[in-house]
Amino acid sequence: MTTTVEPTTRAVLTGNRRARKASARVLPHTVGGWVVLALCVLGTALMLVPVYVIIATALSGTTGAPGFFLAFPDAPSLQAFASAWEKLHGSLANSLQITIPAAIISTAIGSLNGYILSKYPFKGSTVLFTILLVGMFIPFQAVIIPLFQFLNMLNLQGTILGLIVVHIIYGIPITTLIFRNYYAGIPDALVEAAAIDGAGIWRTYTRIMLPLSGPGIVVAIIFQCTNIWNDFLFGFILASPASWPAPVTLNNLIGTTTVDYSELMAGAVLVAAPTVVLYLILGRFFVRGLTAGAVK
Amino acid sequence: MTTSTPADTRTLATTPKTRRRVRPHLAATHRRAAWIFAPSMLVSAIFVYAFIGVTIYISFSNWKIGTNADLSLREPLGATYVEMLQEFRAQSSLRNIIVFTVLFLAIAILAGLVAALLIHHVAIGRGFFRTVFLLPYALSFIVTGVVWRWIFAPATGINEILRAIGIADPPGWTTDTTIIGALNDPSGTDFLKVQLGVPVALIPIIVAAAWQLLGFAMAMYLAGLGSIPEEHLEAASVDGANAWQRIRHIVLPQLWPATVTCLVLLLHVALKIFDLVVAMSGSGPGFVTDVPGIYIYNYLTSRYDKASAMSIVLLVMTLAVIVPYLVRGYRHERKA
Repeated sequence: MTTTVEPTTRAVLTGNRRARKASARVLPHTVGGWVVLALCVLGTALMLVPVYVIIATALSGTTGAPGFFLAFPDAPSLQAFASAWEKLHGSLANSLQITIPAAIISTAIGSLNGYILSKYPFKGSTVLFTILLVGMFIPFQAVIIPLFQFLNMLNLQGTILGLIVVHIIYGIPITTLIFRNYYAGIPDALVEAAAIDGAGIWRTYTRIMLPLSGPGIVVAIIFQCTNIWNDFLFGFILASPASWPAPVTLNNLIGTTTVDYSELMAGAVLVAAPTVVLYLILGRFFVRGLTAGAVK
Repeated sequence: MTTSTPADTRTLATTPKTRRRVRPHLAATHRRAAWIFAPSMLVSAIFVYAFIGVTIYISFSNWKIGTNADLSLREPLGATYVEMLQEFRAQSSLRNIIVFTVLFLAIAILAGLVAALLIHHVAIGRGFFRTVFLLPYALSFIVTGVVWRWIFAPATGINEILRAIGIADPPGWTTDTTIIGALNDPSGTDFLKVQLGVPVALIPIIVAAAWQLLGFAMAMYLAGLGSIPEEHLEAASVDGANAWQRIRHIVLPQLWPATVTCLVLLLHVALKIFDLVVAMSGSGPGFVTDVPGIYIYNYLTSRYDKASAMSIVLLVMTLAVIVPYLVRGYRHERKA
């Protein structure tokens, strides 16, 4: 834009440009653009088929599952939800009791570790961290027998506390990774300034780092909540009926001979709801955790 | 967005330019720092490394049932592994995990790439499309499993559609024992008891896993696409490259780091697959959908040694993928 343009004209021009930009954001203006949009809509529809199937089948109520998986019930009812809730509410409560403390504690430990590793990298810290990270990737089957025996020894096998401990321990590598990456983005100068003012490791942590940790904490908590809530293996092998987390009880609804699909789908909705809601509300942080943490 | 790109995630940290030690601190401070990190390392040493050591030991021992710890070593050493690898079921679960992993990776990564390319270039609703594609990732594999089990139910599921379009005898999906493209006759050799090929019964499981995880690949690729400088593409346009040429010669090469990340991370998810198969079919008829995860679980009640041997096989497969990835990240960081 040249300087000779009158201020008012310039306003009109930039206004127009903004308007053009806005219209570009509303609809495609090329054939290719329309094709891309159509393919996106088609892909989304395909991705949502199972979501529709869960809800439609769950709504078919006591009449039993429909004869065809895409059919919508003639008389939708919440009956299946009532019976699924009857069977699942205990384990949903267990899952909450396991997930909340385990997510909070593993996040706290990860925050401290991440702070140390990014701001006070001692000799050998990178190689130790790499060794720690392996723990995130191992198949847990490779530790399950000693783990079972160990929890048995401590009288924690089959208890909710036992599951909390296990999830904290195996959650440390991922939360450490998330916070190490997050704190790397906070300038070292802040830590140096605090040191000059006489603050030690702890004071710097509580006064400087912790107040700046908000987004990192959200990412780690969401990640841990999702991972722990969705866990099946540990719950399946290490829990007793009284401490079964929700996915285990949901899986038991499948039974051996006949499957009541409407009840099963209603149960699936109940088990999926918390993490889906979390994802829909805080999806931005969820994606950040995925790409920054490059998890599982 | 402070989101790091997949290129960064290859290294262990997304450490920015100013990565130097905090000077004013003395050796004592660093020692104290090491002490704060020590408990986590101790826990890892016990719950990961020592426990793996115990599992390796059990795999060489005579320990069969949990209540009767027989820690004597089996003669000859390694007999459990030999016994296991000659077993039809173990061979079946190893064939299945390889077939599953290869097909699932191919589908999830390709679909994720296509989804990312489309969503990156869509005019409106980018956030909405991204949300929907990643949504299944928030679910438990059990939830995914029960839904897809219902979709592939032979009498009421997708087969209804197949019958409607004239396929009179559609497959029984997870209950089907057909092996597509069976290479060998299982009676042919002493060792190989299982037919190599693609079990029909694995198809629904592959589809379900791809549905759940293609959004992960998409998220990685979207981050990668976001980091490609606009100028490169503009320059190519000026030089007369069409959309396909721009993708082929500029976009895809720059997405290679994202592809490596996806490959490694999805590969390790695939090798460990357990919950999804439990919810959809379990071992299946004739172990046609058995995988190492389920094999191990089933032997936890009767053969500690065999369960351990299979978990070590699974562990070795996983580490063969993960360790080079982590070590490369470590080296990359040392250089930075």
